[in-house]
Amino acid sequence: MSANQVALAYLVASVFFVLSLKGLSSPLTARRGNLFGIIGMAIAVLVTLSVTQNWMLIVLGVAVGGTVGAVVARRIHMTAMPELVAAMHSLVGLAAVLIAFAAVHKPGAYGILTADGMIPRGNRLELFIGTFVGAITFSGSVIAFGKLSGRIRSAPVVFGGQHWLNLALAVVMIAFGIAFMFNQSWTPFAIMTAIAFVLGVLIIIPIGGADMPVVISMLNSYSGWAAAGIGFSLNNPMLIISGSLVGSSGAILSYIMCKAMNRSFFNVILGGFGGGDAASAIGDAARKTYRSGSPEDAAFLIGNTESVIIVPGYGLAVARAQHAVKEMAEKLQEKGVKVRFAIHPVAGRMPGHMNVLLAEAEIPYDQVFAMEEINNEFATTDVVLVLGANDVVNPAANVPGSPIYGMPILEVHKARTVLVVKRSMAAGYAGLDNDLFYMDKTMMVFGDAKKVVEGIVKAI
Amino acid sequence: MEAVDPIVNHLTVFVLAIVVGYHVVWTVTPALHTPLMSVTNAISGIIIVGAMLAAGPQAIDWGTVLGFVAVVLASVNVFGGFLVTQRMLEMFKKKDKRT
Repeated sequence: MSANQVALAYLVASVFFVLSLKGLSSPLTARRGNLFGIIGMAIAVLVTLSVTQNWMLIVLGVAVGGTVGAVVARRIHMTAMPELVAAMHSLVGLAAVLIAFAAVHKPGAYGILTADGMIPRGNRLELFIGTFVGAITFSGSVIAFGKLSGRIRSAPVVFGGQHWLNLALAVVMIAFGIAFMFNQSWTPFAIMTAIAFVLGVLIIIPIGGADMPVVISMLNSYSGWAAAGIGFSLNNPMLIISGSLVGSSGAILSYIMCKAMNRSFFNVILGGFGGGDAASAIGDAARKTYRSGSPEDAAFLIGNTESVIIVPGYGLAVARAQHAVKEMAEKLQEKGVKVRFAIHPVAGRMPGHMNVLLAEAEIPYDQVFAMEEINNEFATTDVVLVLGANDVVNPAANVPGSPIYGMPILEVHKARTVLVVKRSMAAGYAGLDNDLFYMDKTMMVFGDAKKVVEGIVKAI
Repeated sequence: MEAVDPIVNHLTVFVLAIVVGYHVVWTVTPALHTPLMSVTNAISGIIIVGAMLAAGPQAIDWGTVLGFVAVVLASVNVFGGFLVTQRMLEMFKKKDKRT
């Protein structure tokens, strides 16, 4: 195929990618959207294959990677989706770095050569930017993956002068990048890449577990910008377009997550939130009294009402309680109880995490409501069952001066009766005590979310 | 007028793609934010195009080896991303049959 034909085919593929994202506006059109994405990808790959010589090697690579991808996609637990997504971001970042190194090694393969055998200066600029974004995406995602999968402690790692160190490293990294731009040589390029790998680690370690929805969205965005950066370096509009779509998608998700916590993006990124004050909050808790009950008590309460709202949180994901919850919801509905689910935007460890878990358990999505859709309903609801959520239902968000003041919360405290399933009285991620637990209308049910819900199912 | 620098053309494409992305992504329903992330994982696997060009030349050297590894990594994303999205969306599908 001629270069023009290839470029036009890329244009068609890009349109398919846009349609693919557009499809996700509703669960009804989403599968068609995914199909459009697959078609776009197939066009792009086949067209590119037609202009490469060594297609045996490429087909082998696709077969190996594709098999791994397919097996993982089939086997992964829905509760482990955040880890999978983080791992995939890291792959894009690493691929970007490898491609950049290949391009510096042999620019001719991409047709980015001037008459004197050098890479044009503009492409060198783009190349170094694409490379460091890719490297940061890679190492940052590896750390995020470690934290999400529990291989690394998810508590924030903070030390004095951390932000100044990061800033200094970033400045030095860019200086080496500029050095590469002026004299195309390996040394500054390699040093720049090495610093970027270190920087990726340092950026993510101060950010704690419950801020992961922001981190993962941000890395999603970075992986897109890395692809776009490589697209600029290789003069490839297909990569620029797709990278920008992914980049803006991740950026919007980051924004939505930050807004749902009423925190600025920089506040989250600078990290260190939560954890520190947890001890004092627990000390404080010992002085107050709360009411606790058994799963049977809980079953009695929710079995004899008209309406129940269930608020799932990270505790449900950890305990993999979604199927037990579905069973409970069905039993309640048989008894004529109206069951609905209320989902806070940052519940869980990634955007939309709870929705997928409930969908996996085959809970109809018309029973699942977003915060703004259902918040007015709590006041007229008999019983609210909070499953492993804490900060997102903490009324302290309405108290000026509280660290989470202004965060939009599910107004669970307005319901007539509140049941909270939790493993212990320990403070949530924000390290704050939760007054909801000490209200007269609240009953605590201690235990693993799955075991408690199974207990309730038996007793209904 | 002299010819426009390719960088300017690329910047045009880049900015327009961001504008399109911005408007399209806001229409995505919050319930499907996880599938959105996994499908964008697959789409960022488009970097496979760059990897294929690196692995493309007939003569095997460091450049083609790096390209080959990048093809493998990007293929994991492409296949893994689209298939896991498909799997998730099937779960959302089962419900609309019943309701």
